[in-house]
Amino acid sequence: MDTPRTIHRNWKEYQKEIADDHFYYARSCIRQNFFPGSETAYLNILRNDLSLDVYDDPKHTTCTGIGYHTDIVPLETTMTVIARQFALMTEAGYENFLPSCVTSFGLYVEILDMWEHFPELEEKARENLYKATKREFNKPKNLVHTSDLIFHYREKIAENAKYSFVDVKTGQPLKGVEHIGCHYAKIFPSKGIGGSEFPYVLAGMIESWGGTVVDYPERRHCCGFGFRNYLVMANRGYSVANSKKKFESMAPYKPNFIVGNCPGCAMFLDRWQYTIGEMEHKTYGPNGRGIPVLTYEEMTGLVLGYSPWDLGLQMHQVPVEPLLDKMGIPYNAEEKYLGINGKNLGKPQLPQNCVL
Amino acid sequence: MGRYFELLSKDVRFEEGLNACMNCGVCTAVCPAAEFYNYDPRQIVDQVQSRDDETIESLLKSDTIWYCGECMSCKPRCPRNNTPAYVIQALRTLSQKLGFFTESEKGRQQLAIKRTIGQNILSMGYCVHPSIVKAEMHPEQGPVWEWITENAAEVFERVGGNYNKQGPGAMRKIDDETLGELEKIFEVSGGSDFYDLIERFSRKKALEMGMDADKEDYFMQIYTANNGQHSHL
Repeated sequence: MDTPRTIHRNWKEYQKEIADDHFYYARSCIRQNFFPGSETAYLNILRNDLSLDVYDDPKHTTCTGIGYHTDIVPLETTMTVIARQFALMTEAGYENFLPSCVTSFGLYVEILDMWEHFPELEEKARENLYKATKREFNKPKNLVHTSDLIFHYREKIAENAKYSFVDVKTGQPLKGVEHIGCHYAKIFPSKGIGGSEFPYVLAGMIESWGGTVVDYPERRHCCGFGFRNYLVMANRGYSVANSKKKFESMAPYKPNFIVGNCPGCAMFLDRWQYTIGEMEHKTYGPNGRGIPVLTYEEMTGLVLGYSPWDLGLQMHQVPVEPLLDKMGIPYNAEEKYLGINGKNLGKPQLPQNCVL
Repeated sequence: MGRYFELLSKDVRFEEGLNACMNCGVCTAVCPAAEFYNYDPRQIVDQVQSRDDETIESLLKSDTIWYCGECMSCKPRCPRNNTPAYVIQALRTLSQKLGFFTESEKGRQQLAIKRTIGQNILSMGYCVHPSIVKAEMHPEQGPVWEWITENAAEVFERVGGNYNKQGPGAMRKIDDETLGELEKIFEVSGGSDFYDLIERFSRKKALEMGMDADKEDYFMQIYTANNGQHSHL
């Protein structure tokens, strides 16, 4: 039987080094598309709430991750694009790389590892980059996913919290399902907090901010993105079937919300609830509703008192209001779909066959 | 050693992904693709390690190698440190280099991916952009997404984005100089040649099928065709 000392030693193996400050931020294609308010909030939280230095560079591009994992972009090309991102970081005077996407994070880690095993590939990437752009690069001293940094500062955030994951009516902790995303820790478990087996990056945030974490059987199962399996219409059954497997597994635990690490996972766990509702009249949350899905930036923003509509929660298909009500967060429902300066943008239609 | 095994061995992912597999099947047990498709990564790795040309060629021409979602769930589980998904990546690359991908329904989809994701990368600097996630192609995105795309500039601005504008911010317009660098990178590192190769083999196949790869109907055919034989669900 493990003694507390052994457990402590083992847990240390699931930690990772996270720099304290000065980061080069790399945006995510999917997060920008579907959760642009999350990236805005993230930079505001780092700069204004945590007083950190983070550089937002308009010159970086996609890492090609989705193209690479759909097998249309060759490894050597992806390595060179990533080399360019590192060159931009180097030119800007930074050493800590902070990608906002789990697919990108997994790919950056994987390529740095490949360069260790096959130094000739790193040389080739340097040669290709110079030939194409005349740029040169240093490898990052520290490379962490954006959520790692929030985890790193979660207790400081708790000290400044305006709201917590506690039901304001009952005083009971709210129940959160966390999903870290396959490429966060399955490619290199040592690079993810808790590894792939004991996911803790989001769980740590939920616990520090008053909630409890649902440990359900399919917690580690993929959300179902599967790259080409979502992107091509003929294959989407794969994607919805795997999300459904997770919903069926988590529903008996009656979670109050789901939080995603990877922007794609958060989007799929939101949209597939709508699809299943429309196709099968089935919903998985309490009172016949859906389960609200948050990104971890939105979760952090809510705790710190950011406005739900500034965070972009109106861009979700599954309404988040049931969670806001439980947390006691005030909001003006009439302002939900307004544009800047109160501009009337109309409202989305309601689903036809389900109430989310 | 068989010819195809030798070609696969030149791919570093194959070198990293295949040590002697003992066929325990843990990869299949955790695989989301095996949950849905008639798919068994254990069997694929076993077929590849047979080194038999006929067996591997049949894989390279099959739907089977295109089922994997590259989630990498197999990687941390294998007791021998194999990664079946890396083997799949090597098989898919070789299948495209040799033109075998057009022999299967799932393989032919590579042209649709190249013309959407591949095109987005070079023309916009993003893999995905709201302007191409259209409601008719993505009904699962729902009415809120439809509202967002109808009011994209305003909705993005409301949440601090910088939609299609210069400078930093979410969904900013990536400048021409940057896009030029990206194109150059694709040229010097083989990305452009690979795109051309997908186009070339796909055009040939479209003609064989009595279709024109430049016309919308071929794109829609490969984007939507599903013979109903892939899944056991």
